[in-house]
Amino acid sequence: MLEALFFFFIIVAGTGGELCVSRAMKNIGEVHDFRPRALLRFVLQALRLPWMWAGVTMMALGFFSLLAILSFRAVSFVVPFSALSYAAGAFGAKLFLHERINGDRWLGIVIVTLGVTLVWLSRNQ
Amino acid sequence: MTDHHEHTRRLQLKTIPLILLSILLGPLGNVLLGKGMKDIGAPYSNRLVDFLPLLYHAFLSPALWLGIACLLCFFLVHMLLFTWADYSYVQPATALAYAAVAVLSYLVLGEYVSPLRWSGIALICLGVYVVGRTHPNTTTGVAP
Repeated sequence: MLEALFFFFIIVAGTGGELCVSRAMKNIGEVHDFRPRALLRFVLQALRLPWMWAGVTMMALGFFSLLAILSFRAVSFVVPFSALSYAAGAFGAKLFLHERINGDRWLGIVIVTLGVTLVWLSRNQ
Repeated sequence: MTDHHEHTRRLQLKTIPLILLSILLGPLGNVLLGKGMKDIGAPYSNRLVDFLPLLYHAFLSPALWLGIACLLCFFLVHMLLFTWADYSYVQPATALAYAAVAVLSYLVLGEYVSPLRWSGIALICLGVYVVGRTHPNTTTGVAP
């Protein structure tokens, strides 16, 4: 039960956190100025957004769940599950960020997910 | 239609260098953190008092600070990317880090990379190429 809860947090909180950060950034709008002072202003602006804090909190929850599960499960068992985050991310982006994911992008995401799974399956070879 | 292609091209020109930078910074940060933690060593026991010297050594480790700096820059690059590019565009592209690590370990460290791993890397590159051909931004903004 605890293990399932940790996996849930790794996928849902980890990906959900990134989606929240992405939403916060969309609220700021496209950055054109990359000079250090402008970047500092950008970071300070981001830190004032609730979505940013929600995202960082969820990402931290996902990260600590990963650390927790690694304490009693092998990496080779845990990490292939992280490939699921690519699929979860695409669904989340569609539902939460209203991104229009066309057939090409879905195809690309599926291919990347398969590729990541193969890379992890090969880790002991 | 020409304007649309021009806009796509402009966004891609801005997005691709930052994705490449994030692919470099992420694994580099993790490697430096790992090196820093290995240099410090394991605690004598699980008691809190035995963790305190480790914290002191961690504070003095240049590799650890460099690793943290790399990961903070990695996060900043992602934040910048998300201001104009879709999450579903950026996230698959970051999987190129797997390919970068394997290619670097083959070329720089002379490590053996199995055919299964090369197949996975080829699939990741193909998938990123397919995603990369789509428009980086399919939204004009979301509700706050």
